[in-house]
Amino acid sequence: MNILIAMKQVPDLQQVRIRDRKPVLDDVPLLMGDIDRSALAAAVALQEAAAGKKIVLSAGDGNLEDTVKEALAAGADEAVLVIDDRLRDAESAFSARALAEAIRRTDDVGLVFFGEGSADNYSGQVMSRVAGLLGWPQAGYVREIRLEEGKAVLTRSLEDREEILEVDLPAVVSVVSEIAQPRTPSVTAILKAGRKPKTVFSLADLGLDGPQPKAVETLDQLAPQSERKKLVLKSVEELMDVLRSKEKP
Amino acid sequence: MKNILVYSDRPESAAELVSAGQLIAAATGGTLRALSVNAPDLSAFLAARGIDVLEVRAAGDPVTDAAQMAAALREAADRSDAGVILLSSGRRGKEIAGRLAQEIGAGCLTDVGRLDVVAGRITGVRYALGGATEVFQAVATDRQVLALRPGVFPEAPEGTPGSVQSLDVQLPAPRVRLRAVNAKAGDGADIEKAEVLVVVGQGLAEQGELALAERIARGLGGEVACTKPVATDRRWLPEDRIVGLSGKTCRPSLALLLGVSGQVQFTVGIRDAVTIVAVNRDDQAPVASLSDYFLPADLKAVLPELAGKFPGP
Ligand SMILES: Cc1cc2nc3c(=O)[nH]c(=O)nc-3n(C[C@H](O)[C@H](O)[C@H](O)COP(=O)(O)OP(=O)(O)OC[C@H]3O[C@@H](n4cnc5c(N)ncnc54)[C@H](O)[C@@H]3O)c2cc1C
Repeated sequence: MNILIAMKQVPDLQQVRIRDRKPVLDDVPLLMGDIDRSALAAAVALQEAAAGKKIVLSAGDGNLEDTVKEALAAGADEAVLVIDDRLRDAESAFSARALAEAIRRTDDVGLVFFGEGSADNYSGQVMSRVAGLLGWPQAGYVREIRLEEGKAVLTRSLEDREEILEVDLPAVVSVVSEIAQPRTPSVTAILKAGRKPKTVFSLADLGLDGPQPKAVETLDQLAPQSERKKLVLKSVEELMDVLRSKEKP
Repeated sequence: MKNILVYSDRPESAAELVSAGQLIAAATGGTLRALSVNAPDLSAFLAARGIDVLEVRAAGDPVTDAAQMAAALREAADRSDAGVILLSSGRRGKEIAGRLAQEIGAGCLTDVGRLDVVAGRITGVRYALGGATEVFQAVATDRQVLALRPGVFPEAPEGTPGSVQSLDVQLPAPRVRLRAVNAKAGDGADIEKAEVLVVVGQGLAEQGELALAERIARGLGGEVACTKPVATDRRWLPEDRIVGLSGKTCRPSLALLLGVSGQVQFTVGIRDAVTIVAVNRDDQAPVASLSDYFLPADLKAVLPELAGKFPGP
């Protein structure tokens, strides 16, 4: 049984600048999202106990082969990629279709892992949409997972409780970051990553190159305004003075 | 499909959806209904708020199976001719939102923090780029699924009672089964309502230093909150104390940030504070430009010194 780990190419948010309340994304490098890297680490740990491959799954633009290298170095055996510039910033409904079609063309998939939300949009839709497209069961916000015959037993972390669930396979899950610590690849692993097998699909290969109806229209995007004094304090005494002056009388 | 359907398994969230739904109904002329699944108490609670409730009784635990819930919602939406389906953007609601949207061919917005209806068109506002920006979006499909951030919309008060009708649905066979439920540790502190917050980040070196932060918080009449890794990785505080994108949005009059770097996903939860004061040993940390007062200093020394200015336990 193979495990797919869906990873999203996202801009390095620490390098996004705001100018005139608009984000400036030029020259911002693309990375694999943090929670996705935790998902990969969890899949690697789970497969240690089972025979089968850990396959990175991603849909993105022409830079994707570069971005995915880190994941291959961090323990994935192979990559399944859908590459097209229309997949950069694609809306959830379209990314989900591309991913679901790629999953259909991959052998012996038992589980598909997603991060609970992407580092940029955090909308959490793609996982559920992929499960819907495939007609597979799903479980979100998983904090722990183990395999039993034909099923996964997992802990879903909700706001006020945890549910221990038994889910039939194949299934789609999303994980919370605390499921596993992301792995930092060694230099030799990074060098070897380039040689790991990759399957690359175009949208045409997946029957998705026609015009895509828009499900969501973005009318505007603005950074919220906030003015801060940005005064530098020199001592704990000065800090105390500020705190005292802000205290409720 | 001019009507509106609301669903959440939690009464408070469902009451928030009712008030948001009433806002949309007032602008579009649609009728508002609610779904309740295996929860007669919730049906009664919603009916008391003037809503007609469609009540499903089904075997097993459909609430834990997003595929079953999507089927129930689809049926309820069809029967009530609903074009707008409102869910809560808590973890369960968010999971159902994507599945339902996929199955009914709808566009979907999750984590919606504000709603506007202009000339019958609904615009939702949500965060993008980890919270660095807000996007204003409208669903372009005939049907729309909107998941609203919990705690943002007011809870609808009681009104002229509505009805409860049972709804028969054919649910797909369950493929997610509930084995057990464990309550999560929380301690009742409500950081969203606190006037003063002392927020601790990974810059605290040892768990023992938390006691110092608590002493400062108590001295200032506030609560201790934290960044995500402090709760989820270190497990020093319960998760309901997390400030930020995946935690809570807080609006204290005073926030004291100790050892917090100020990444965007954190910042969205605190930027509405009136005054932000931060201590961090790195004067290049993003938190420096997020604050009104910034003390560049090592907490190893500052924390005991500052705590010493407030009465002990
Ligand atoms: C999808 C997504 C959602 C997220 N949601 C949230 C969220 O809701 N809330 C949240 O908080 N995070 C969230 N995060 C994580 C977020 O990106 C950051 O990783 C997190 O906020 C960092 O926490 P921190 O500031 O405590 O730690 P760090 O970034 O490690 O910062 C620690 C700071 O302490 C300072 N420091 C260290 N030692 C000392 C010392 N001795 N004295 C003084 N200063 C010191 C350092 O200079 C540093 O600036 C999310 C991430 C993702 C991808």
